Amino acid sequence: MNHSGTSRRDFLKKCVTGAAVLRAAGKMPLLAATEQVGATGKSRVVIARDAMLRGNGTAVDSGRVLSLLDRAMQSFFNADHPTEPWKKLVRPGDTVGLKINTLGGRGLSTNVQLVEAICERLQEAGIKAQDIIIWDRDTDEMDRVGFHTSTADNHVQCIGTDRVGYEDDLATYGKVGSRLSKILTQRTNVMINVPILKDHDGAGVTIAMKNMYGVIHNPNRCHPNGCDPYVADLNMLPAIKTKMRLTICDATTACYEGGPGFKPQYAWQENAVIVSQDPVALDYTGWQIIERKRAEKKLKTLEAAGRPPRYISTAADAQHRLGTNDPRRIEVVEVSA
Amino acid sequence: MNANLPAASATEGRSSVLQHGHTLLASALDRRSFLKCALASGAVLSACDLARSLVAIPSSADPQKQDDSQFTVEAKFFQKLENKKIKCKLCPRECTVGDKERGYCGVRENHGGTYYSLVHSRVCAAHVDPIEKKPLFHYLPGTLAFSLATAGCNVNCKFCQNWDISQVRPEQVPAQYAPPSLVADLAKRNGCPTIAYTYSEPVVFSEYLMDAADAGHQAGIRSVVVSNGYIQEEALKTAYGKMDAVKIDLKAFSESYYKDVVAGELKPVLDTLVTLRKMGKWTEIVYLVVPTLNDSDAEFRGLAHWVKTNLGSDVPLHFTQFHPEYLLKNLPITPVPTLERAKAIADAEGLHYVYIGNVPGHPAENTYCPKCRRIVVERVGMMAKQMLIRKGSCPFCGQQIPGLWHA
Repeated sequence: MNHSGTSRRDFLKKCVTGAAVLRAAGKMPLLAATEQVGATGKSRVVIARDAMLRGNGTAVDSGRVLSLLDRAMQSFFNADHPTEPWKKLVRPGDTVGLKINTLGGRGLSTNVQLVEAICERLQEAGIKAQDIIIWDRDTDEMDRVGFHTSTADNHVQCIGTDRVGYEDDLATYGKVGSRLSKILTQRTNVMINVPILKDHDGAGVTIAMKNMYGVIHNPNRCHPNGCDPYVADLNMLPAIKTKMRLTICDATTACYEGGPGFKPQYAWQENAVIVSQDPVALDYTGWQIIERKRAEKKLKTLEAAGRPPRYISTAADAQHRLGTNDPRRIEVVEVSA
Repeated sequence: MNANLPAASATEGRSSVLQHGHTLLASALDRRSFLKCALASGAVLSACDLARSLVAIPSSADPQKQDDSQFTVEAKFFQKLENKKIKCKLCPRECTVGDKERGYCGVRENHGGTYYSLVHSRVCAAHVDPIEKKPLFHYLPGTLAFSLATAGCNVNCKFCQNWDISQVRPEQVPAQYAPPSLVADLAKRNGCPTIAYTYSEPVVFSEYLMDAADAGHQAGIRSVVVSNGYIQEEALKTAYGKMDAVKIDLKAFSESYYKDVVAGELKPVLDTLVTLRKMGKWTEIVYLVVPTLNDSDAEFRGLAHWVKTNLGSDVPLHFTQFHPEYLLKNLPITPVPTLERAKAIADAEGLHYVYIGNVPGHPAENTYCPKCRRIVVERVGMMAKQMLIRKGSCPFCGQQIPGLWHA
C-alpha cells in the first residue's frame, strides 16, 4: 500500500478512531468492467490457488496473498499488469465498499491480508484511501478479527453499519422487506463483495450472495426455508444489484461442515481466492468445492443432509436472472502458483 | 404482534411513557370505578417525569451504546443439539440455531451452544394506556395499564403497525434498562392496576415477562399480555400461566393467510386459545379485518363457529379496522360496513360479545347485555365512558356478564 513508508499491515493497524468523515457518495455506478461473460460466452469464475500461501507457518503470507490476488484478477480480466484489472473495475472518484464477512470470528472471517492487498491495488488504480470503506454489520465483530475501526482523514475507512445506521425506509423485493445499511446506500457507489467460502447449517452454503445478509437490518427474517428465495430476492434490490461490481471470495480458509460459526475440526486451508462477476456462478462453483471436501471427509452431500442451497438455482431463474448455475455455461479457470 | 391500531402507535414517545390522551369521563362511572379512574388519572406522570423514572437506571437512547450484557439472560425454552446448535422450544417455528446465530425473532442468540435472550429488561417502548387500548373490554374497564415492549417478534405480519420495533434487532432501537422491580414500581406509582406486555410480541421476551409479572404480583399489580398466541404449549403454560388476562390477535381463519401475510401458522394459535380456555385465563380475541385478504363471509362464519364451539359464546371477539402500514400499503382502510357484516355474522352464530374496533364512536364499541340488550358498558374510542355492571351482572335484568369488572 503506497503510504509514505507504511507497510500494508501497518497501514490498517495504524488506523485510528476519529470523527466519522465518510463522504456521501451518492453517485450512480459507472460500470467500467463487464468481464462477467468471457470470450466463450460463459460466466467466468477464476480460482487461484497457492499451496505455499502460508510458507512454513500457519498465517497467510501478505506478499504471497497479494501475488495470489494479482493472478486471479489478471486471469479474470485478461490483463498483463496487476493494476490493469482494477482500472477496468473502478475509476478515480468512486467510493468503493469492501463488504467483508466477520461473523465467524478469528478462525473463519475474511482475511485481513487479502483485504489489505485489495486496498493497495485499488489505490494504485486511483482510488483515494479515504474513498475505500471496509465494512460489515458490526464494528466489534470486525475489530475482533483484525479490522480495526478507522474513520480518520486520508486513511482507508473501516467501520460497521452499527456505527452508521440503516435507512429508515424499507427496500422490498419478493419476500424481502429490509432496511439497508447506509454504508451501501449513502457512502459508496461501488461494492466489491469479499465473502468467505463456508458451510451453512440452514442455507447449505454461504458464499457470495448470502454475504448480503450483512447489508440488511433483519437477516433473521430471511433464514426460513433454507434462505430460499430470500437470498435471491435480496440480491435483486437495486442498491445491491447496481453497485455490485465483483466478488473476490476469500477461500484461504474454508469450512465444509458446522458453519457458519467457526469449528476448527471442520475448517480446511484451501489457500485460494475465487473471483467472478457472476455471483450465481461463483456460488455454484464454491458449493461444488465444498461438496468435494465433504465427499473426501465421508460426509453426506448437502442434498442428502437436507440442506441443498436451493437459493442458487432460484437466483438463476427467470424471475431473478442474477447469473447462471448451469455448469455448461460456467467457465472455471484454475490458476496456480 | 399487536393489533393494527392507528390511534396511537407503540413508538410515539418511545423510551418514555406517554400520558394517555383522553380524560376518563368519570361522571358516568360508578362510584368505585370513578374513584379508581380519578386516582389513576391523577397519578399519571407526565412523559418527562416518567422518562426520568425510567432513566434513573443506566440506559441509553443510543442503540449502539447499550450494554448488551445487562439485558442477556439464558433462555428458558430450548434444547441443546450437537455441534453447539440449539433448537428453540419457545414458539412453533422451532428454529435450529447455530453458534453465534440468532433465531427468527432476532432477539435470541446462541452463544457456544447455549441460547440467550437479549431483551430481558430492555424496554424500547413504554406508555400508560387505557386498558381498552389493548383492547381488553371485559377486564378492569376504565383503568390504566403500564404498557411496555422490547424489540422483536416471531412472525412478520405485512400490516404490522409497530414494525420499527417488532421487526428489528434489539441493538437497532433505543432502549432503557427496566428491571422487573422497576416496572412494578412504575406501574404502582402511575396508578396502573396492571402491567401490559404489548406493542411488539411478548412471546419473544417471555423470560422478562415472567419476572416482571412476579414482581408485579408481589406489589399487588396484575399482568396482561397482548400476543399473537404463536407459542408452544409448555412455554404458554409456564409464561402465560403468570398472566391474569390475555388478548390474542387471531390474524385470520385460514392457513394460507397465515403463511402468506403473517409468516406463521393458524393451528398453533387455535391450540393456544383452547389451552388458555382450559387454563381458565380471561381471554379476548382480536381479528384485524384486511380488505380482500381475510374478509369473506365464509371466513367470518368459520371463525365465529369455531370460537363458539371451542371457547364458548362469552369470549369477546373484536373485529378491528385495518389501516395501511409496513408492507401492505396498497390496500384501503377497512370499510365500516365490512366490519358490521363481520359482526352481524358472528352475532348470528351466537357469540354474545362481538365488538367493532378502531372506529371511534361506533355503537359496537359498547358492551350490551346479551339478555335485555341494554348498554352495560359505554365506550368512546378507547375510553370507558359509563360502566354500569354491578357485581358482575347487568343492572337491568341481572344477567351475569363475564369478565373482571372491579379490582
